[in-house]
Amino acid sequence: MHDSHKFNIPMGPQHPALKEPEGFSVALKGEKILGVEIRLGYNHRGIEKACEQNTYTQDLYLIERVCGICSHTHATCFVQAIEEIAGIQVPKRALYIRTLIAELERVHSHLLWLGVAGHEIGFDTLLMYSWRDREIVMDILAMLTGNRVNYGMNTIGGVRRDITPEQANDVLKAVSQLEERTKYYIDVATKETTIIKRLSGVGVVSYDDAVRLEAVGPTGRASGLDRDVRRDDPYAAYGELDFKVITDNHCDVFGRTIVRVKELMESYKIIRQTIANMPQGPIVVKVARKIPAGEAISRYEAPRGEDVHYVKANGSEMPERVKIRAPTLANIQVVKHMLKDRYLADMPIVIAAIDPCFSCTDRMVSIEYDSNKKNETISWATLHDYSIRWHRERGTDFTDLNKRFKAGLKV
Amino acid sequence: MIRPGKMMQEVLRSIFKKPATSKYPAEKLEMADNYRGKLKFFPEKCVGCKMCMKDCPTGAIVIVKTGEKQFQAQIDNSKCIFCGQCVDSCFKKALLCTSDVELAQLDREKLKVVFQDESRPKDCPKQ
Repeated sequence: MHDSHKFNIPMGPQHPALKEPEGFSVALKGEKILGVEIRLGYNHRGIEKACEQNTYTQDLYLIERVCGICSHTHATCFVQAIEEIAGIQVPKRALYIRTLIAELERVHSHLLWLGVAGHEIGFDTLLMYSWRDREIVMDILAMLTGNRVNYGMNTIGGVRRDITPEQANDVLKAVSQLEERTKYYIDVATKETTIIKRLSGVGVVSYDDAVRLEAVGPTGRASGLDRDVRRDDPYAAYGELDFKVITDNHCDVFGRTIVRVKELMESYKIIRQTIANMPQGPIVVKVARKIPAGEAISRYEAPRGEDVHYVKANGSEMPERVKIRAPTLANIQVVKHMLKDRYLADMPIVIAAIDPCFSCTDRMVSIEYDSNKKNETISWATLHDYSIRWHRERGTDFTDLNKRFKAGLKV
Repeated sequence: MIRPGKMMQEVLRSIFKKPATSKYPAEKLEMADNYRGKLKFFPEKCVGCKMCMKDCPTGAIVIVKTGEKQFQAQIDNSKCIFCGQCVDSCFKKALLCTSDVELAQLDREKLKVVFQDESRPKDCPKQ
């Protein structure tokens, strides 16, 4: 038997669980996972650097495209940082509209996740129905903002579009329709045996580990970690609204499902409050193109967890530095912990359970192996030798592969 | 008691319902009036301040002076990300987002549109 053998299986970079590139190197013994190495950087787009070469207005749309699902998240987080540097007082109505769009975005993100989770466990019926219902909120977002995905609702000093009473009515109608559907999904998620049996005890992370590994968002809240930026450090209009932070103590993927479906109900509550309490007045204040020198950090509770943006301004029309910490980067270490000593078959759903967005997370990896020399040109042969050595150190030897291949052909 | 097939009723009920999808190419897709689709340019309103060019995140719009107080806009729909920032930046309301979203072309050159004084789109000449 091969019991003593340890296998290294590369998962990815072509969609390991979701349709995004990420490399996982899984050490296996039988079907048990001994350890996972995660490699980021397959979809690095250099957005942070590109921001430094564009004006603040142009950056808004670039930042919005960090993530397709939480586009409003990143745009709002970025705008908040700029507004803090420039000391802009954003009109109340603009803050309420931002909150409304943010919650609609959370609804569409959580419904999307529910479908993806269903798909990963082979429960495609759930995928079909939850995505059908997600279309209701997508249509509402398209109606309010003029775009289905990258809404382009934010601008420095407010929002770009107002909400008419008719539109508000349509939103309320859609919300009551969605609420009814969500009650059904809560019923399905808590009573359907397929979901309970498949998700219970999978991807367990205890409260202590969640604190130690700094889990954010629903991943942390499902382990009893009672943290939510909306309540702890209120931004936009959240300080004036009444809502509950959903936590759960299942500590597994099942708990994360429950947290997300219950958060949907809280989102509907927030949407109703924003529409009922929306003050009258202007939606935007005029802001100079040049932002005064300074720096700011902005926090935002994205559907996946806490999103952090850092902006440094130097008094010109362009920022000096922009730094983005998407929620997946905070959660990716938790995945490593969740997978240890679990079965390989659980890997897709465990990765999907943090609702990863790998493109948001991607970092550049630079290799520096001599700090004295700043630049070095490596010849092709040296690079070839280096790659062989690199792989050999990680347990794979390709040197005699050609020989073996030829021998195989002869036979 | 818990048992599988919780969604069975829903599935069976859906058999007798209308499909949730639409037969898109056969049926016309109606977008909301305020949807951010293809751009439209009104040359007679333009004063040539080029604020749209300055604010465009992708450089999809180019304003060229063609004569005394006459401007033409070259809009590259393959570069445009339909954020509508140029519409907001224009002081004279010379730009407008239409709700036209059907942009698919086999020839990339056909995505480049020039708005001239006739206010009629013409295909951009090859460079």
